[in-house]
Amino acid sequence: MIPELGHFALILALVLSLVQAVVPLVGAQRNSAALMAVGRPAAQGQFFFILFSYVCLTWAFIQSDFSVQLAASNSHSETPLMYKITGVWGNHEGSLLLWAMSLSLWTVAVTVFSRHLPDAFLARVLGVLGLVSAGFISFTLVTSNPFERLLPGVAEGRDLNPLLQDPGMIIHPPLLYMGYVGFSVAFAFAIAALLSGRLDAAWARWSRPWTTVAWVFLTAGIAVGSGWAYYELGWGGWWFWDPVENASFMPWLLGTALMHSLAVTEKRGAFRSWTVLLAIGAFSLSLLGTFLVRSGVITSVHAFATDPKRGLYILALLVIVIGASLLLYAARANKLMGGGSFSLVSRETSLLANNVLLTVASASVLLGTLYPLFLDALNLGKISVGPPYFEAVFVPLMTPVVVLMMFGPFLRWKDDDLLAEVRRVAPIFVASVAIGVGSAWAVDHLTWRTALGLSLAAWVVLASLRLLARRLGERAGASAGSRLRSITASWWGMWLAHLGIGIFIIGVTMVGSLDRHLDVKMKEGQHAELAGYTFVFRGVVDADGPNYDAARGNIELVRDGRVLGMLDPEKRLYRAQGMPMTEAALDIGVFRDVYVSLGEQLEDGSWIVSLYYKPFISWIWVGCVLMGLGGIFAAADRRYRRLAARDAAAAVDGRVGAAA
Amino acid sequence: MKARSKRLMLVGGGVALLVAAVALVLSAFQQNLVFFHTPTEIAEGKAPVGKTFRVGGMVEDGSIQREADGVTVRFAITDTAKVIPVTYKGTLPDLFKEGKGAVVQGKLEGGVFQATEVLAKHDENYMPPEAAHAVEQAQKASQTLSQ
Repeated sequence: MIPELGHFALILALVLSLVQAVVPLVGAQRNSAALMAVGRPAAQGQFFFILFSYVCLTWAFIQSDFSVQLAASNSHSETPLMYKITGVWGNHEGSLLLWAMSLSLWTVAVTVFSRHLPDAFLARVLGVLGLVSAGFISFTLVTSNPFERLLPGVAEGRDLNPLLQDPGMIIHPPLLYMGYVGFSVAFAFAIAALLSGRLDAAWARWSRPWTTVAWVFLTAGIAVGSGWAYYELGWGGWWFWDPVENASFMPWLLGTALMHSLAVTEKRGAFRSWTVLLAIGAFSLSLLGTFLVRSGVITSVHAFATDPKRGLYILALLVIVIGASLLLYAARANKLMGGGSFSLVSRETSLLANNVLLTVASASVLLGTLYPLFLDALNLGKISVGPPYFEAVFVPLMTPVVVLMMFGPFLRWKDDDLLAEVRRVAPIFVASVAIGVGSAWAVDHLTWRTALGLSLAAWVVLASLRLLARRLGERAGASAGSRLRSITASWWGMWLAHLGIGIFIIGVTMVGSLDRHLDVKMKEGQHAELAGYTFVFRGVVDADGPNYDAARGNIELVRDGRVLGMLDPEKRLYRAQGMPMTEAALDIGVFRDVYVSLGEQLEDGSWIVSLYYKPFISWIWVGCVLMGLGGIFAAADRRYRRLAARDAAAAVDGRVGAAA
Repeated sequence: MKARSKRLMLVGGGVALLVAAVALVLSAFQQNLVFFHTPTEIAEGKAPVGKTFRVGGMVEDGSIQREADGVTVRFAITDTAKVIPVTYKGTLPDLFKEGKGAVVQGKLEGGVFQATEVLAKHDENYMPPEAAHAVEQAQKASQTLSQ
């Protein structure tokens, strides 16, 4: 009964999403306040029904109701409660429902936090979001009904894929989806602005915090996914350039470009058409990501769907969204000309250059991800594009991005004196290269890659400090406290996020240059050496969990004659699916991780053990945390609320123009 | 500088940057493509020597052997028509088994495939598409021969 209620609620949500899509858009066109006002309650009602539907599905999982096909395929009565709940999105149908729920949540957030928006504009935003929502809910209902019954029901379920039974999996998908789907808000704002022909600074200002928050979610989602892959896949890599990772990285790159482009549009009124295109592009890439991951064209742990009908449906959705928005853009492009002028040497130019580079980087990932699929689809042969390609592309593309990223904030808007600025930062630049080369030499790994990476990291850190010192020095005479307080939250956000990139680069460079790895056969009492650490194998004991049998290794980690601790990697066999799993054990440190995983047991009773030494790997995630914090600071800036009030007042008077 | 020539420089600079970046991407792409060959193609000498590529098929029954060090493994990949011997040093994926599909990446040296990577898959019932493709090709070829 409960699953049927959930199914019914989802159908009601679809109806409301159609109402939300059509009525406010018509209302905005006819300037009818009554019709426009329908958007808000429709969006909120839709959220209620999707939430209800989602709770019903979760209930089926918790109750181990194996007459529901989805629960039977993805849960088991012995699965821990946490993984019963997260198992709801560990499959195609449930994850689509989560997608729809995220979208609905964003829409409700728009209705709550955008009271200051002009009615017609809000109506159009809600209309566009309603259209997207209708597309996804109907996709779920037509091709992937999560409430499908299995008649007769089975006594026991097949359990959730063991790889997904992990704490990282509890938060990775919701974070990632909130990020993906969040770009739909930036998209809806851009489309609403195109529809109303009002692409001004106010539009950019309304759009900015939404874009930034979506970007924060996406950053966090990608970082958690990378962390999960690192400790769960058992071989210590943190990024594989796997098509599924690329699917989330492409919108991230374009979303990063969009955030910066929006900044220029807000402050200077420039780059307007470019910003609109980026907003359309970032959302299209989010949809493409969903298509790639969910259609089954890519086979991986994420690809649940193998039904070609589903792939086709998303592809059609993708084509409609991209096609319709580009058509609208073409029709309105003539209104997008103009904006603040700026000279060759200005902050605008440096942001533009970085925007171009980020877009090319995103396109290069797209090429590497789609080209093999394309060849395969046309039966022209099978190829693969691996990490060497992406590394060959990213190092030269990102080097100028990082250099400019720190130089740009020194430049003034509109016009600046290049020579004077270069003279000012040149000492920092020289010092960074010296530090980079020097530390590469100090760690005994003087390759151009290591030296370049460390130089860039030093440049980011030193230039950040210099930038802060300069900002504090602007108000000479004021007390230190009031100088600090005079810095806005959005400035801190920029500063932190950029610093995070520097920390991230240190992690990537060090682990890329200096990691060590050894596969070795070990018997009880034997030991192995790696990177100055001694690993003593103390044997293997049985350690069965609720839904798996496991062998747990005991490995003593010794350095300089001192025991640092015990590492206990596991080899698990999940009973329901008969699937083996490797659970690595980590000794996490500030400057290095030691990582151990069990291979297989040999006939003579010894084990293959994989030992890894990963210097500075945590810095990768610390860098991501700083980027995310930066985003939060930037979105929380008081000025959005203050100016929002002004916009609202101005909108009533009908005289919002391009703000200076 | 006049506004017009400034704009020209900006556009020119932007286009130059774009062209350089695209050229870089495309050349890196050309150099780093990894091609896929079936065991039959290798036996026919169609696979490059000394260049990295991928082979897919089934792990032949009874072919897995370990050297004394325990971490060097020899096995054979077959598409049911031809068999290619493979050596690999390292930990094998959890789901690597005789009689199951596998894809390996590496180089061909002296008739033996030196694998640097054995691809891990995430589901026991799942057959890597490259492996399925190789077996399918071989079976098609044998049907053509018997006709």
